[in-house]
Amino acid sequence: MSKDKIKICEDLADIMPPEYQDLVEDATYGDQDRGWKDVGSSKELIEQHSLCAGCPESIAFRYVLASLPAPEDTVFVGSTGCTSLVFPHVAVQNIHSLFGNQNAIASGLHRALKVRFPDKVKDVVVLAGDGATVDIGLDMTLQSWFRQEKFTTICFDNELYANTGGQESGLMQKGFVSKMAPVGKLFDKVRLAEIARESGCHYVACLTVSKPNRVEKALKNAILVAREFGPTFIQLYTPCILEIGKQSMEGLDEMKDAESIGGRFVYKEYATDDVKKFLKEKDEEAKARKKEKKSAKA
Amino acid sequence: MSQYKVQPGPEAFLSPSAASMGIVLPDPGEAHIEGTIVPEEEAFEEAARKFLAAKVPTIFPGPLVLWHWNENAAKQATAIRKLANAIPARLIPMADYRPKYPKIDPEVEINPNHPNLTIWHNKIDVCIFVGVHCHQANLALKIIRGGTNCYTMAMCAQAGHEDACLSFRDASVEKIERLTAAVLKLKSEGVESQAEEFTQIKLNRQGRIA
Ligand SMILES: Cc1ncc(C[n+]2csc(CCOP(=O)(O)OP(=O)(O)O)c2C)c(N)n1
Ligand code: SF4
Ligand SMILES: [Mg+2]
Repeated sequence: MSKDKIKICEDLADIMPPEYQDLVEDATYGDQDRGWKDVGSSKELIEQHSLCAGCPESIAFRYVLASLPAPEDTVFVGSTGCTSLVFPHVAVQNIHSLFGNQNAIASGLHRALKVRFPDKVKDVVVLAGDGATVDIGLDMTLQSWFRQEKFTTICFDNELYANTGGQESGLMQKGFVSKMAPVGKLFDKVRLAEIARESGCHYVACLTVSKPNRVEKALKNAILVAREFGPTFIQLYTPCILEIGKQSMEGLDEMKDAESIGGRFVYKEYATDDVKKFLKEKDEEAKARKKEKKSAKA
Repeated sequence: MSQYKVQPGPEAFLSPSAASMGIVLPDPGEAHIEGTIVPEEEAFEEAARKFLAAKVPTIFPGPLVLWHWNENAAKQATAIRKLANAIPARLIPMADYRPKYPKIDPEVEINPNHPNLTIWHNKIDVCIFVGVHCHQANLALKIIRGGTNCYTMAMCAQAGHEDACLSFRDASVEKIERLTAAVLKLKSEGVESQAEEFTQIKLNRQGRIA
């Protein structure tokens, strides 16, 4: 799919329900500076979702989808879990992989896209739960990083296996008791961000989704760096309110607690020196575009 | 064993796939009617007859002809509009395959995961799928055969659909035009459309305008 292909055939345009007409007229395809601020003012690439009411994964999806620099040239690779319930509703190409295989699938896909579209930038983005990323799929996750595959891995970390009723995951915190892990976890939460850095990721960020601007920045950084340098990783805390016994409205407070001083999700970012320099240049370019847009408007 | 016939349902909650009942796909230049392989010409006439005899004949264009992803898609869309005008038939789009239950508006759209809702709501008795990817068409055709009494047809771009009551293969602009010509020929011979009065639905970004 390329930008100029997102059109409706003229002779059948007036039988298309409004949501598709909106998608063509009002979605932010083709604008590399799109971001979370478009949520609510333009057609989103996700509207309905099938997660629990108030699940922070749903808002995380909105920010991620709103911030992709080129949704029309992006392919997501997902894995089984609560996140996979959302992909059928998303207006971006996506592939569902067998649980844990997501980074292997993404490696092959990225290579295939390079052969098929040698002159185009195609972004491959893995988006999977913590169970898929760090437990059952850890081998595939790490091997793709060792091999320096040029795509972004996003982990929606809710610190357990939510979709199957709350089993212990590698990213669960020590001592935590869940419905299907009544003894309490005996080991520490796996330090996945540090493992990612040591395994060859050129950009790593670990944060909650309480602040949309941070999610946008981390996602854009990760995708831009993956295009040029190699693997990148983002870990987003998206607490499973159902399994930790919170109400629909309490997800945000939970994330704010977890990111406050001394918490498990204090904002963390790692980047190599080359990447830092590159991101600074990209920032300057974005600022210049913004300025240009502003003066064009005036 | 007598040959299985791919006929309108309601057949069963889980109707068998026609392939598992021994129905095979037509070769190039052929089509099938209820599972029997026939020369394509015969199927054009039968499809035209079915359309003209129907109370609520309906065309379901899918993503391959709704979205302007190449010039051929646009040409097929034009041919489909002409076919709809010639019959006359309703046009109800299957714009994508996301499960939309329960938010679907069955009056103006159809979804492969619950196509029966659109068939029931509009009392559609004869329909044709065109421009729907095979796996989604197969799913929808089986659900329709399972739970409704609608006669299904498929204008398939690949090898045809055994789960439709009548299927063409290798769909093209030319084949859609041949179907239109078959309808016009029957009409010129005095066969009248039995379609109930309707106005073609028109939508803009605010909703229905006709
Ligand atoms: C190969 C395989 N093993 C096990 C499962 C069962 N299964 C489905 S979802 C899931 C847990 C998902 O946990 P996580 O990746 O953390 O995602 P969440 O649901 O928490 O968002 C498991 C184990 C499966 N679908 N496939
Ligand atoms: S089970 Fe948990 S992670 Fe899954 S949708 Fe519900 S609140 Fe979200
Ligand atoms: Mg999880």
